[in-house]
Amino acid sequence: MAKFDTPKLETYLKTPALKRDSMTGGGPFKANADMQKSLGFPGEKVDNWQQVAIEKMADTISKYRSLPVFLDACVKCGACADKCHYFLGTGDPKNMPVARQDLFRSVYRRHFTFAGKYFPKLVGAKEFDEAMLDDWYNYFHQCSECRRCSVYCPYGIDTAEITMAAREVMNAIGVGQKYCNQILGKVKKIGNNLGMPEPALRDTLLDLEEEIEEDTGVAVKLPLDKEGAEILLITPSADFFAEPHIDGLIGYAKVFHQSGASWTLSSYASEGANFGMFIGNYDIMREGALRIRKAALDLGVKRIIVGECGHAWRVAYSFWNTLIGIGGGAKDEYARQLQNQLDQNYPQPQHIIEYTYDLIQKGQLTFDKSKNDHRTVTFHDSCNVARGSNMGGIANGQFILPREVIKAACNHFVEMSEGTIKTSTFCCGGGGGLLADDLLELRVKGALPRMQALKQSEEKSGVNTLAALCAICKSQFTKVLPYYDFDPFMVVSVHQLVSEALILDGANSQQESKAL
Amino acid sequence: MSLTSILFIVFFYLAVSLCLVGVTLKVIQYASTPVPLKIPTAPAPLTQFGVVLRMMREVFLFSSLFRASKWTWLFGWLFHWALVLLFIRHLPYFWPGETPEILRQTESLKYAAFPLIFGLSGLLARRFFVDRVRYISSPSDYLLLLLLIAIALTGVLMTFASYYPDMGMVYSFAEGLITLNWSELPSEGIFLAHIFMVFFLIAIFPISKMLHAPGVFFSPTLNQVDNARKKRHISDWAIDKEKNSKGG
Repeated sequence: MAKFDTPKLETYLKTPALKRDSMTGGGPFKANADMQKSLGFPGEKVDNWQQVAIEKMADTISKYRSLPVFLDACVKCGACADKCHYFLGTGDPKNMPVARQDLFRSVYRRHFTFAGKYFPKLVGAKEFDEAMLDDWYNYFHQCSECRRCSVYCPYGIDTAEITMAAREVMNAIGVGQKYCNQILGKVKKIGNNLGMPEPALRDTLLDLEEEIEEDTGVAVKLPLDKEGAEILLITPSADFFAEPHIDGLIGYAKVFHQSGASWTLSSYASEGANFGMFIGNYDIMREGALRIRKAALDLGVKRIIVGECGHAWRVAYSFWNTLIGIGGGAKDEYARQLQNQLDQNYPQPQHIIEYTYDLIQKGQLTFDKSKNDHRTVTFHDSCNVARGSNMGGIANGQFILPREVIKAACNHFVEMSEGTIKTSTFCCGGGGGLLADDLLELRVKGALPRMQALKQSEEKSGVNTLAALCAICKSQFTKVLPYYDFDPFMVVSVHQLVSEALILDGANSQQESKAL
Repeated sequence: MSLTSILFIVFFYLAVSLCLVGVTLKVIQYASTPVPLKIPTAPAPLTQFGVVLRMMREVFLFSSLFRASKWTWLFGWLFHWALVLLFIRHLPYFWPGETPEILRQTESLKYAAFPLIFGLSGLLARRFFVDRVRYISSPSDYLLLLLLIAIALTGVLMTFASYYPDMGMVYSFAEGLITLNWSELPSEGIFLAHIFMVFFLIAIFPISKMLHAPGVFFSPTLNQVDNARKKRHISDWAIDKEKNSKGG
């Protein structure tokens, strides 16, 4: 890993001058032949890769309307140019959303448009040569698919769609990224991103039960593979082992316990994350989701609830009904089978935040908010939740509900500045399959806009806690906060705040709040 | 009839045909390409009515662009609306027979030429002076702006300076294109330049970035209702996958 300088936090976020090629390079580690083959991709770069790539582009363009529309419609107005956190953090012009898209668009124009075929120079059409492929691999792995650019584009052009298509094309010629494809292989084989088998998961959950009982005196359970449970919880596997994620899992368990619900985790579908989305592959995304469908059918659950994970919630909320029929309103037999089993009095699937929020609204949870009085909390809207989903079925519910849950558990909540939250939220810098150690420089620099906003709220309001509801955000912040002189332990799960303030029936009256 | 007139008449029909056929083919392509997933982007409307409102805000007000960059919005919005007004201003020339009362009152719309040139110049200046926009600009991006500015300037010279073409001939030529009752072109070079550039602009519409006009209506991030949990959204090629599936 080459040394790099952490960007300085100024008093406000500046748009950098262009620093050409500042992030040029070979990109993240490539997947080896085994990893590629396990997903059905060629093991190594195929000999006639250009031909295969162009054919794959044609195929993808014919299957996803977003591609021909987005590739044709861009007028190069530059509205998106200063909106990407990776551009703001690095100044590399190829990290401007439009320039990143243009890596794809220039090849599209050369091979699929009249102007590009006959007047390539005039319209910036380019051949798909080795240098272009290198740029594709490098810069399409400097996009976290956060969709911030699409919010500002007058035509709604979403670079995430282009990045996904580019990764799909590269995988088809045998050029895949190690981080994503290795993880997808583990899900396929074992059921979660970690490759954590059932016995290890069971042990972890038992340890947690002991820990909670020691802490509170209440026997809060974390059931696994419990047939006939009402609720199946699907959560990112990071919740089982990583800090601060695990304290969020404890929070979900306490909420379920307090509500008296019967719930379970599944060892077969022990992963909420779905990296199939990151590589833009419908079949792999569907395959991952099918494990959840099978678990729901096997366990006979009535409700499916999703834990704190950004892209998992986008996949669950926006795609599950399409992919595997978890949702409502299906006309086809395949989806109706499952929908008949699920209790349609509740949204399917539901987010754990929606579940907790409902209980709070009904007055079924009581909090001792003073337990969180040592915290001044701000909330990081995770990109996939903010721009790719909803909560509560109300307009802007994905912004309202998490804040209401935090405010129910904490006395001191402040917002970061406008333009950095809600629809305009900045990615943490590690999303979209970029949470790899070999991309550390990119991750640190890409976190700059969020760190800037955090710094401002620290100086203005004394913020000392950053709440998030995405496993990737939590891991990424824990890693990059120290580069900007913040305490890495200031990151918490939203449900950790819930966990610390929730009053459990029969809990030790002398319960101490855990010292940080 | 002069050869020039014949060539211009042929060019007009050729340009309009290319435009109509090209745009139709593109619209067919967009409409027939499946949208396999729900990808509305925030702030996503929860109802179809909300989608209509959102699309109107984008098309009439350029609301996303306004959020992104006030200068680009100002230049772009002025340019597009001035173009609409000037299009209306040109309708009387083409109207067959008696010009309707409402079109006779469009005279003052000619002043839209000035915001048009202001907007276009602003957009061109951004391409030269903003390093980010310069980086992403291709020759065609400059040329299209220059073409529009040249069309506007020739129009301004004919309207506000003393370069009037023979207006009687302009009317009968333009009307003749619609009624197929073709007549001689006025011979003023500035007029010929003006309409040549306009016909050229029309001809390249479907092979240029002007496709953003039909494209915006097909943009799935803008035109989808955010109701994925309530209603199953599935494309034909995706539902085929389920036929071989045992349902989990």
